[in-house]
Amino acid sequence: MISLTPAEIEALLLSLRISGVAVACALPFAILVATALALGRFPGRFILDAIVHLPLILPPVVMGYLLLIGFGTRAPLGAWLYETFDVRFVFSWTGAALASAIVSFPFQVRAIRLSLENVNSGLYQAAETLGAGPIDRFFSLTLPLALPGIIAGAITAFAASLGEFGAIITFVSNIPGETRTLPLAIYTAIQTPGGELAAARLAALSIGLAFGGLLLSEIAMRHIRKRATA
Amino acid sequence: MSIHLSIRHKIGKLDLDADFHIKEPGITALFGPSGSGKTSLINIIAGLERPDTGRIEISEHVVFDHARQINLPTRHRRVGYVFQDARLFPHKTVSENLYFGARRNADKLNREEQTAILEMLGISPLMGRRPAALSGGEKQRVALGRALLANPDILLLDEPLSALDHARKQEILPYFEWLRDHRRIPILYVTHAIDEVARLADHLVVIDQGKTLASGSVFDMLGRSDLPPLAGQFDAGTVLPARIVSRDPKAEVSFLECAGQRIVVPYLGRPASHQVRLHIRARDVMIARTAPSGISANNIIPVTITDISDLDGDTVDISLCFGHDADASLFAATSGRPTLHARITRWSAGRLNLERHQKVFAVIKSVTVDGQLSDHSL
Repeated sequence: MISLTPAEIEALLLSLRISGVAVACALPFAILVATALALGRFPGRFILDAIVHLPLILPPVVMGYLLLIGFGTRAPLGAWLYETFDVRFVFSWTGAALASAIVSFPFQVRAIRLSLENVNSGLYQAAETLGAGPIDRFFSLTLPLALPGIIAGAITAFAASLGEFGAIITFVSNIPGETRTLPLAIYTAIQTPGGELAAARLAALSIGLAFGGLLLSEIAMRHIRKRATA
Repeated sequence: MSIHLSIRHKIGKLDLDADFHIKEPGITALFGPSGSGKTSLINIIAGLERPDTGRIEISEHVVFDHARQINLPTRHRRVGYVFQDARLFPHKTVSENLYFGARRNADKLNREEQTAILEMLGISPLMGRRPAALSGGEKQRVALGRALLANPDILLLDEPLSALDHARKQEILPYFEWLRDHRRIPILYVTHAIDEVARLADHLVVIDQGKTLASGSVFDMLGRSDLPPLAGQFDAGTVLPARIVSRDPKAEVSFLECAGQRIVVPYLGRPASHQVRLHIRARDVMIARTAPSGISANNIIPVTITDISDLDGDTVDISLCFGHDADASLFAATSGRPTLHARITRWSAGRLNLERHQKVFAVIKSVTVDGQLSDHSL
């Protein structure tokens, strides 16, 4: 077993933390937006759909640039957040999490939406005749029935976050221990003369992580499927 | 315990125009061909669809009134709804499904009543399972239990048997009979199967192309040949109430009494004075000018022709009133005497010179007793 250097461990843990926070914070919004898109009939639904999918088609560097002009300490929104809540995104790991969350948001919404659209709408009618109101139906039917989609979405979004490069380096730069995630560490190693081995080790780590995530999602899905049909 | 409905609603090309009033508990069959608007009608009663105009009252509560802008949401209407496809919640166990409605209703059934329902339906052994592990018949039983445990004011059944094969149907039908006979809850039963109507229904509402054509007691309604959805049906005929009188010494047949006439059917295994219902299909009734002898059929009834009407194709429908007395032809419609129907070819009717007021004999080839078909040789 090859042991990891402190810098490698630092980059790995930072990547996991940033992706974890990004996915966890985006999840409630993703469920809300997916529910609105799947079940809601309202004007502007098409526009909401387009906005959610924007990060998929926009170059990540542009995403990072937009975040910079939106959340920089001198930008109106960034300045307000900094002064009122003492929250600073620029040059901080929280900024990396924000960038990851936005970039991976469409993955969560798509997976949740798909599983919501697969739910037989007759079940909601049945619940209604049995006395369940809209909020009740959301928690007793919508959420549990969308669980496979929620988990699949979270895992895909987590994996996409781990690989995010352009938006992070543009928005919060490449600071060791603060914003230098695995992809940024690989990039740095390649830029450094004689860093080929370090880059290879980090790349291997990334590949291992990806396979681990895949395995985890497979186990989770199998468990859920068993629960739904047992 | 009543339902009073008068609504109009346009769904695509169908113009729904329904009007009926059910006062008594028991099963009311909403009968009509596919696409006649039956399901839309009970969805409207449940509040799942909103009619363009009209008024709906369930057990003295106005749940919809267009003029007064009342539209009670489904969850407050206290309707029990059993869907064609059961619609059990796939992620919940049978037990969780059953109590879903009961848990959300302040006006619960007490424990004994709940136990009685579960026992009647025989679903206690299934409690821990999930819907995917149930057979079609078991699913419908759980769906029925789930609706009943919520203690509804009215039960709506949307072709609950149509997705089941014959054997599963026979498994479920007795539960509906039990409901009809033991619980004072009005039941609206949507179906396009005459045999289900004949076996279960107390009242009948006939609907065709969105219009409610007629409603009334199933005994009066089933024999009517003026209602297109009923007349000409393969299984069309008459439903008659009868009483078991006795049996033969070897217990091979039972003797029934129906409006003063003795009817012989295969032994029913039930005690005397027990009430049953007979379903005599028009195609199982032959007509003879004179009382036939040396014939295997046991049920030969003197009748008087009250009407002859043309059906599609080469058949005619002959309405027959029990008895050979003068009253039979005069009072057929009002006397409450049972009317039989015979469906014979136009050629036969012409050959026998059949006409109104004529005294003839009805030879009944087979009788269905409480859904159980009797032998053809009787």
